[in-house]
Amino acid sequence: MSYIVDRRLNGKKKSTINRQRFLSRYRAHIKKAVSESMSARSITDVNKGEKISIPSRDLSEPTFSHGRGGYLEQVFPGNQDFVVGDRIPRPKQGKGDRGDGGGASDSGSGMDEFVFQISQEEFLDFMFEGLHLPNLVKRHLSDNREYQIIRAGISNEGNPGQLNVIRSMRAANARRIAFASGRLQKIKALREDLAEEESKDQTLRDQRKLLLLREQLDALQSQMKKTPFLDKFDLKYNLLTRYPRPLSRAVMFCIMDVSGSMNQATKDMAKRFFLLLYLFLKRNYEYTEVIFIRHHTSAKDVDEEEFFYSRETGGTIVSSALKLMRKIIQDRFPSNDWNIYVAQASDGDNWNDDSSTCHNILINEIMPKVQYYSYVEITPRDHQALWDEYKHVEKTFPDNFAMEQIIDVQDIYPVFRNLFSKKVTV
Amino acid sequence: MVANSAVQKNPISNSSEWDFDLIQKYDREIGLLAKEFGLDTYPNQIEVISSEQMMDAYSSVGMPVGYHHWSFGKQFITIESNYQRGFMGLAYEIVINSNPCIAYLMEENTITMQALVIAHACYGHNSFFKNNYLFRSWTDASSIIDYLIFAKNYISKCEERYGVKQVELLLDSCHALMNYGVDRYKRPYPISALEEERRQKEREEYRQQQLNDLWRTIPKTNASEKEAYNARFPKDPQENILYFVEKNAPLLENWQRELVRIVRKLAQYFYPQRQTQVMNEGWATFWHYTLLTELYQRGKLTDGFMLEFLQSHTGVIYQPEFNSPHFNGINPYALGFGMFMDLRRICENPSDEDRIWFPEIAGSNWKETLQFAMRDFKDESFILQFLSPKLMREMKLFCIADDDHEKEIQVRVIHNEPGYQELRTKLAAQYNLSNTEPNIQIFSADTRGDRALTLHHTQHQRRPLGPNTDEVLRHLHRLWGFDVHLYSLDGNKVTTSYHCPERRVSIEGEDESMLVPKPL
Repeated sequence: MSYIVDRRLNGKKKSTINRQRFLSRYRAHIKKAVSESMSARSITDVNKGEKISIPSRDLSEPTFSHGRGGYLEQVFPGNQDFVVGDRIPRPKQGKGDRGDGGGASDSGSGMDEFVFQISQEEFLDFMFEGLHLPNLVKRHLSDNREYQIIRAGISNEGNPGQLNVIRSMRAANARRIAFASGRLQKIKALREDLAEEESKDQTLRDQRKLLLLREQLDALQSQMKKTPFLDKFDLKYNLLTRYPRPLSRAVMFCIMDVSGSMNQATKDMAKRFFLLLYLFLKRNYEYTEVIFIRHHTSAKDVDEEEFFYSRETGGTIVSSALKLMRKIIQDRFPSNDWNIYVAQASDGDNWNDDSSTCHNILINEIMPKVQYYSYVEITPRDHQALWDEYKHVEKTFPDNFAMEQIIDVQDIYPVFRNLFSKKVTV
Repeated sequence: MVANSAVQKNPISNSSEWDFDLIQKYDREIGLLAKEFGLDTYPNQIEVISSEQMMDAYSSVGMPVGYHHWSFGKQFITIESNYQRGFMGLAYEIVINSNPCIAYLMEENTITMQALVIAHACYGHNSFFKNNYLFRSWTDASSIIDYLIFAKNYISKCEERYGVKQVELLLDSCHALMNYGVDRYKRPYPISALEEERRQKEREEYRQQQLNDLWRTIPKTNASEKEAYNARFPKDPQENILYFVEKNAPLLENWQRELVRIVRKLAQYFYPQRQTQVMNEGWATFWHYTLLTELYQRGKLTDGFMLEFLQSHTGVIYQPEFNSPHFNGINPYALGFGMFMDLRRICENPSDEDRIWFPEIAGSNWKETLQFAMRDFKDESFILQFLSPKLMREMKLFCIADDDHEKEIQVRVIHNEPGYQELRTKLAAQYNLSNTEPNIQIFSADTRGDRALTLHHTQHQRRPLGPNTDEVLRHLHRLWGFDVHLYSLDGNKVTTSYHCPERRVSIEGEDESMLVPKPL
């Protein structure tokens, strides 16, 4: 007797919990591998999964076993020309190890690294673990963007999918009781009359009255039967309404210097930094807008594609970008509705007297409006005027302004983590 | 194989596609034939699953319900990545020793493979589970699924109450000692899940009472009590370390004891499988071969079916030679299949040599003889009893002796007339778990002093313990809660000793601290 069961539709991910337990147990290892791989990766595959390898000694599940040594006899298949008493040099350890020690310790002693793949989702989880956008505070009822569907009682109209069975049945029951109560009383009275009449002696009965009573009773009962069990106006529906939900909206400005002083390598690093940022934003905040501003002597509001991949060169006037940003903020992102974040990347070069202009714009007009401003300077050289001016801004707004220097590709990820690591806000 | 051309061809199916009706048809045919051959089986529950589900099943040792533990996740990740990169095909089948016997078929397989798996698992393994003496007396097929559910629920309840971390640490330690959680000689009585739950409550109350007695520190006065006071505890060495821990560890809480017990029970359930790998696989392989060949000869299978079947069959029983790069020990399928085929030959077609070596079975009814061989042996005794000189010659078996006192290794015996007997003994010994696993037993627990636990390792042919010993000892230390000492003995001489906590200072990184067992 056999039963054949189709289990293909059953849950597939039975091992998910076990897998997660494994990942969390080796969290430290995986994080290390992720941050190592971040510095080595090229820009385009920054958001793919990752191969993680862990030294297998760290995840061994030890059991008692025999070690090498002592006296061991082992039987092998495939004798070719051995005869009893032949002496053979002891084979070397490692690969091709045959002659000795195999018996007890043949369980993967050759593997040094335990290698496995984590998905993109998991990779990003590890990459951005413990990071957040600081000071995301303002919530605002936005213009018809996001609604929450909520219950709003019961209605008499609706689509069949929303039928509220219990309320419908209750209404039907009430209606049946209401319709029936008068008739029931009449029926009761009629029955009593009838019984009274019938209790009389055969000869004394009023046959006409009896007939009349019976007719009335039948009529009432058939009326009762006609009362529908469930009528159309009994049906009740759940009423759902759309309720606008307050949103926390953020806009992120990415400002990058693409002037002649920025060489390809520097731009590349800046791109990496923004890409990280962009991934981070897209991932953490669904309702985050990103504005890309690239500048040399003049600034331009561009789309993502152009921001990262188009080529342009020229001198450097940083304030042009700040001015453009100021304008965009004024036009499109009133600061009481939006949480504004700015990330700026530059090599520190600037037109001589422009740095103080930048300082003024920042201090007076931009910083009061933005939630957080991060500046990365990608240069191995000494800092110039811009850095000093920005330092001053940092002093003025210590909570909302952060700046870091990136020298090498390896620095990007640590610096990024630094800028956005969770701070305990008071 | 000789196709009998006189037989009317009436194949069950012609294409390689399968559907449920077809599986049912094949199952019926194979089942009827199995009955004809006298196979006695549990009812079958054949489950069709996808490859992902197969990976899931695989990584939880084939158990349909398993508790959660990271090591299963590790197993899963290994399988998944190997499978995805094409390093490894999935097993065609997993079969569970339960009643009804659950076998998995993978949806990707062709009907040929499905039929092969049905013959192999649903009739081969199934009849082995039902009839082999080890399985009959040590496992209870009807209650295992219930017990697994009980275990899973209990463990997840513990996780909720005491934290995932705590449970994980404990399970880690139990897993390390799993092979030492079996009774080798005492037969446990199978009980149902409900009963198990009731008893678990009872045990909780009883245990604490007993423990308090054992660890009592109030001085005794009269002489006989004094003697008892000085007696060694336990009186005899204990081989079941987990059992001893469960019953006697001074500091474990009740739920922790229960977890130790669950792991111990599972170890016990798997113990017969570890002792009968060659026989079990050999038996199943013999039957899928015999059943399908017979069906073919009766004209029920097409030539194409047969070719595909033979291709995977020969793959399964392939035995690389010792110097081949693919060599990875003796293939249990090859050895087992070879032996059962050979047994049948000895019965049906004995040579003079067979009459000398196997006077009782040469020329006997092969079905009865094979049933006997399957029922009442385990790998070690099976080989010792039934490995024939002919098969030793065919497999060209030889035995190498490796003595660490000598510079070179030596060929001890080969497949020739003076060697057969010894060769067979040596091969059988290789399947004796008490030779392959170090013999470690609990010697004493210092109930009156520092509560230290002392274990003895009795060396087998001077073989020392492996490099993991210290780590396992740390796990035991975590369970026991007090010092643990392990002495490795060659005769009466202690050659090595291990101690936990270690007697030298060890430096450990911060990150590693969670990986190194510490007392709970």
